[in-house]
Order: sequence, then structure tokens, then C-alpha cells
Amino acid sequence: MVEALPGDRIHAFPGGLKLRHHKAVACEHPVKRPALPDRLYIQILQHQGESGELLVTDGDRVRAGQALTSAGDDFIVPEHAPTSGTIETITDHPAAFPPGGTQRAIVLVPDGRDEWVECRPVADWHNASPGTLIDHLHQSGLAGMGGAMFPTAAKLRGDWPQLRTVILNGAECEPWIACDEMLMRERAQDVIEGGLILARAAGAERVVIAIEDRMGVVDDRLRAARQALGAEDSVRIRKVFTVYPEGGERQLIQALTGREVPHDGLPQDLGVVVHNVATAAAARDAVLEGRPLIERIVTVTGPGIAQPRNFLTLIGTPFSHLVDSAGGYAEPVSRLILGGPMSGTALASDAIPVTKGSNCILALTERETAPTQPTMPCINCGECVRVCPARLLPQTLFRLIEAENLDAAADYDLSDCIECGCCAAVCPSHIPLVDYYRHGKDELVRRRLDRRRAALAKRRYEAREERLARQKAERQARRKAREEKLKRPEKAQDEIQAAIERAKQNKKT
Amino acid sequence: MKFELAGAPHQPPAASVGGVMRQVLYALVPAVAAHVWFFGYGILFQIALAVGFAVAFEAIMLKLRDRPIGLFLSDWSAVVTGVLFALCMPPLAPWWIAAVGMLFAIVIAKQLYGGLGYNLFNPAMVGFAAVIIAFPLELSQWLLPRSLSPGLPGLLETAQAVFTGRLPATLDWDSVTGATPLDQLRTGVRENLLVTEVRSAPIFGDFGGRGWEWIANFYALGGIYLLWKRVISWHVPVAVIATTVMISMPLWLFGPDTNPSPAQHIFSGALVLAAFFIATDPVSGCSTSKGKLVFGAGVAILTLVIRRWGGYPDGVAFAVLLMNMGAPLIDRLTRPRTYGH
Ligand code: SF4
Ligand code: SF4
Repeated sequence: MVEALPGDRIHAFPGGLKLRHHKAVACEHPVKRPALPDRLYIQILQHQGESGELLVTDGDRVRAGQALTSAGDDFIVPEHAPTSGTIETITDHPAAFPPGGTQRAIVLVPDGRDEWVECRPVADWHNASPGTLIDHLHQSGLAGMGGAMFPTAAKLRGDWPQLRTVILNGAECEPWIACDEMLMRERAQDVIEGGLILARAAGAERVVIAIEDRMGVVDDRLRAARQALGAEDSVRIRKVFTVYPEGGERQLIQALTGREVPHDGLPQDLGVVVHNVATAAAARDAVLEGRPLIERIVTVTGPGIAQPRNFLTLIGTPFSHLVDSAGGYAEPVSRLILGGPMSGTALASDAIPVTKGSNCILALTERETAPTQPTMPCINCGECVRVCPARLLPQTLFRLIEAENLDAAADYDLSDCIECGCCAAVCPSHIPLVDYYRHGKDELVRRRLDRRRAALAKRRYEAREERLARQKAERQARRKAREEKLKRPEKAQDEIQAAIERAKQNKKT
Repeated sequence: MKFELAGAPHQPPAASVGGVMRQVLYALVPAVAAHVWFFGYGILFQIALAVGFAVAFEAIMLKLRDRPIGLFLSDWSAVVTGVLFALCMPPLAPWWIAAVGMLFAIVIAKQLYGGLGYNLFNPAMVGFAAVIIAFPLELSQWLLPRSLSPGLPGLLETAQAVFTGRLPATLDWDSVTGATPLDQLRTGVRENLLVTEVRSAPIFGDFGGRGWEWIANFYALGGIYLLWKRVISWHVPVAVIATTVMISMPLWLFGPDTNPSPAQHIFSGALVLAAFFIATDPVSGCSTSKGKLVFGAGVAILTLVIRRWGGYPDGVAFAVLLMNMGAPLIDRLTRPRTYGH
């Protein structure tokens, strides 16, 4: 029997939305590099996990590719200087996460010379051990470039005997976002090479590249590149339906394998691991050229942008600089979004810099966002149930969270909500459902922490009580002993005598 | 530049409650027109009265409950309740029937439960159940369809009948009112007539009641429009009609003399109306796909049971209300399996 492998057949997943796509507007021109900005703001934390130690201070001169923060374990990914210049300062700078908040960033003033440190590729990666490759990718600062920014090394490392397939996610199903499509158009071969590297690092045998069924050119280019590399046996190119959120990791896995990632498990349990296509290209650059991750393609688009297009952007470039490079704002922009309209984050300002996970800047005018309509009560229409790809009951979750009945919401699997926004998009009562789920999840996390903290506090309290009780008991025992002695003066006398004797002894010696 | 901070999704909402309700009203237009053709202007008076009382009661209750009146009136839900109620009324029912019906529907079943979205029972059906229990006589006075009638009342005569309860001298109640086909069938079967004999009465048409079968067709047409517009999903209508067929078909095949045919069941009375417009009421119904199937099947089974053994010729309203009671439980029992569980 021939074993069915991921990607052999395309499966359906429940729910989802067919959205109108607006990707073409940004794809008319090839990807271009914008002019060098005056300053780069390199966030010291750009991934899930923790930031490394700072390796530079104010006034330091750095060269492109030089590490600015140190690498630690797999969850501490280093940042590198995108170009040569001087460190002006290290400061708190506006950031996309938390919305409206700031993050520590290294401010680099480029000198325009783009001098590089020496690049160290991996020699003969075909025979390098997975460990060597993973360490190299980690040192090169790789983190997922699809938006979730999960450290690449952490995803690759581990003993997964069943792991057969690396899935490259090229199915960005959000309308407007086109950076992955452009990357695959222009660097098809690099994407495939990167996929093969990731497969070697993960101990997998094959690569499945998932693209949307409407990406005709991409399909042709990938096929040509695969042939040029002689990788027909190990690389598959699969078209998936353009249904949002098909590009979500779990939905993509469902589409390619027909199976669901267990809620307390990982894709690796199904023998697959998913990487973004941009991550694959970055892996290729790191391994074959020794270049750390210092740039990415960002789509700058939307009705509020004069000349929408894709930019090959240095990490740390402020969004405002990219908008200027795209001809500036065309109309009064009401919402500036990082990511797509369905799941993106609204930004408070355009001073926020590009990070490894910034895929798209979308400027929407009032027409697209519509003045917020009044929220009506839920009419139980079940539209949200119909579109939920996680097969949740969004309206039930909403009612439970609204009633602050979070334990019940947890029983209804609130934590399995992927925050795709499908439910809110179809709700005729205009309930901001996803906001409720975020709040509910935060609250659950807080409660869990609270519980843990309370348990700790309780333990501390009990320990203290115990100690106090012990001390009290000891005090009482001592007092009792004293009282006993006082009651029997002759015994006390004996002791005094004994003490005098001891003192004498001491003097003698 | 300053930008607005808001949660995703960043898209104008696809639909609105008011929009959905308006679609329901559009979908009823053909059936109402057919109704006017077969039974005269009465239905229009009933609709006007019921909608008027519904909106008035809704406004008063919103005011008393200190709720934004304009916002909730513009959701059109009170209008839909009024229209659905009116569609179940005999054309010449006196005006105060609508008042009492809407009092129960809007004030008690809807607003006292918390207003839009919080009512446990379908308001229109609560109103209908209330008046049919309280005023069985007034609610049994139906008109004969145009082709069998010596003359349908005109506008003025209709107005007079509805507002004063008196008919003009040219018409008298005996010549005007007739039983509905379902009534006739029930009475006939209870008098040990064969279904075929009952069916040979002129009030029966080709596959249902004369006139009624056409109105049912137009309800179905409106229902298909709603399906196409994705206002309703297929689950409830298909479940109602398929279950009706599945249960009545074998009975009819084995005992055609005592059991009406599936077509008879579907095309006389309010079954098609219920399948597309009443049992699909989201608020008081089920929201999971499986739940909708169970809900629709339940409505069909109970309707047939009430028609056969109950005290009223058509059991749709009571069937819907009974299923409303079970809806939350059905939803809980048909909860889909979460991804990855
Ligand atoms: S879509 Fe909105 S109104 Fe409809 S059931 Fe879901 S939450 Fe309620
Ligand atoms: S946001 Fe959550 S609840 Fe809503 S459709 Fe997506 S997964 Fe389902």
C-alpha cells in the first residue's frame, strides 16, 4: 500500500469565507528597494520568546550583518544590523505589539556605505547535520516571517521520528497582502532551496509548497525552478482553494492532510511542520550566503496609498518611510493596519518600524472600514457558527464572556479560537466578537496566573504560619523550662555552679 | 498622522439585523399578493393592524425599558412579527384580535424577556397561540377562495367587517365564511368519511387547498429567495418538509382512505410558511447545523401529531412553540466537535 502523504489530496476545512482579493494592485511592479531611511529602529524583541543581551551601546559603529543582541536558547533569537552605521541610542519606541504601546529598540543611523561583516555560509549543507543547520539558522536570527514570529530553530529542533514533510505556506489568504506571492514570483528557486534546507534541518524527506489556486504565475515559476534544481521527487507544489483562513497553519494542515492538529499537540504529531515561504528564502540566504535575516518584503497597499507596491525593506525601517516611498497617503486614512483586514492589527502611528514578521501595511479609508455601526443584541442567527473554521459556537462564547462566565467559556473551548475574525465579519448584529474572545483569553490567562500566584502565596503563608507556630511552641517550651527551674531553685543553683566550674576550666586552658 | 485603533476584522459588516429582516419582508410579497388575489383585501388590513400594533407596543415598551427606540425600531423585527402574525389570521378577523395578539407577541413574549435576541419563544407564534386559545370562534371564520365565493368583500366592506364586526347587507357571514381545507379534512375524518371523499369537496385543489396551494407555492418561492440571499440556511426548511413527507408518505400509502397525502399536508395550512419563515426564526430556534435539522424535524413531527390528534386543525404554531422550548437543549446537544478535540 502506498502511504498517503500530506498534499497528495486537497481536503476541505469547515467554515471560512470567500473574500474579494485586492492583491493585484500591489503586484504590478517588481519588488523594489526603497531609499535608505535616516534611521532604523531595530526592536530588540521581534519574536515569540525573549530578547538576547544587548551587544552594542550608544555611539558604537556597526557593520551590516553584525549581531546587535546575543543568541540564547532557541527562544532567544539574535538581531543583526541591517546596514552599517552608528548606534545613536537605545530607547523605547512605538511598536505594533502591544497595540498603542512601545518596545525597546536600537536606533541605528546608517552611513550609506553598507559595509558587511564577513559572511559565513554553511559549507556543503547537504551533508551538514540537522543540529549544525538549526544552530546556524538560529544564529542568523531566523523567526517565522508569516506574522506569528515563532523562532525557527525552536520549530525545527526536536526528535520527531514521524516527521516526513515540511510544508511551505505560500497561501496568504488575507486580501491585499502580496509579499509572499511576489517573493515566490521573483525568487522561486530560492524558496525551493530554502525548503530543502529546512527539510534537512527537520529531518524530513519532502517539501510541499502550498499556494493559492489563483496564483497562476507562481505555479509556473515554482515548477520551472523545481525542474532547474532537479528536485521533482522531493518537492510538491499544491494549489489550495482561496478561502480565508486557508493560510492559517491549522487550516492549511487540515487542507493538506485532512487531519486536525490535536488541541494539546503540535503539527509535528501529524508528521508535518509548517514554515512560511519567506522564512524558507531567508533560510537559504543564511545557509548558502551566510547572510542573517536583515530584510524582508513588505506590501504597502490599500486605497489610502498613492502607489501601492512591494518593497524589499531593511528591518527597522519606519512604516512612514515606506508609505512615503509608495507616494504617500492618497486619501485621508482612517485606519492603518499591520497585516490584513481580517486579522491585522490597527496601528496607532506610522512611526512603528518593520520587524521580521511585518508582512503588509494596509491603509484603509473610511469607505472600507465604515463608521462603526451600533452593536445590536445577538439574534442567534448562527452565521458565526457557520463560518467558524475551529468549529466553535462563537455566539455562545460571546454570551458567556459577556456574562463573565469564563469557566464555562473555557469549557466551550475559548482557547481554541484562532482569532481569524470570520465570525465578526458576518455578524449582522455587528458585535465585535473577536475583541470579546481576546479579552476572555487574556482574562483566563490572568486567572491562571492569579491562581498560581495565589497558590504560591498560600504556600508562603502556610510556611510562615508553621514557622510562627513552631517559634511560639519553642518559646513556650523555653519559658516552661525556665519556670520549672525557678520552681526548683536548688536545680538552678546546680546549674550556676556548673557554669562557674566551666568558666574556671576555660580560664585554665 | 493619527489613526483609529479598533479590533479586527477591519471591514464593513456584511449584513445588518435590519437588512436581514427587510429581506424576509420582501420574500413575503409574492405570497401576500397571491393571498389578496384568492381571498381579497382582508390580509392587507390584518397586516396593517398587526404591524401598527406591533410597532406601537414595541415603542412603548422600549420607552418604558429605557432603550434606544429608534435603533431598535429600525431593526424591523417588530414589523416581521406583525406580518407573520397577520398571515395566520382569517382575513376578516376583527381589529382587536391583532391588538391582543401583538400584546402577547411584543409586550410579553419579546420585551418582557429582554427584547430582540432574548426572547425564548417566537413572538408571532405566541401571539397566534394566545388569540386562538382566547377567541376560537373569531379565528375560525375564513373566507372561501375567489373561485368558490359568491363574491369577495371589497375594500369598504372589508374595512367595515374588520372594524365593526358587521358585514354589509349584500354579504352575510354564512355565505362568506368557510372552513379551511385542514378543518374540513379533520371534521371529515372524524365523521368517518374517507379522505378521498373529503377531498372531492370543491375547497380542495390539485394537491392542497384551493388557493392555499398557490399561496404555499409563493411562500416557497420567497423561501428560495431567502436561501439564495443566504438569509436562511437550507437546514430548517429541508428538515420540515422532508420529515413531513417521510412520516406522511408511508401512512398515506398504507391507508390512503384515512390519511391525507404528503402533498395535502404540505400545501394546506401553514406548513410551508413555517418551514421557511417561522421555524427559521433565528432567535428562538437552533443555531448549529445539526440543531437546525433536529429543530425542523421536530416542528414537522409535532405539526402532524397535532393535526391528527390535537384540538386545532393546524398545529404549526404550537409545534414551533414546543420546539422553541427545546432549542437551547438541542443546541447544547448538537454542539460540533471543536477543531483538534
Ligand atoms: S453572527 Fe452575531 S448575531 Fe448571529 S449568532 Fe453569531 S453573534 Fe449572534
Ligand atoms: S475568531 Fe474564533 S470564534 Fe470567530 S470564527 Fe475565528 S476561530 Fe471561530
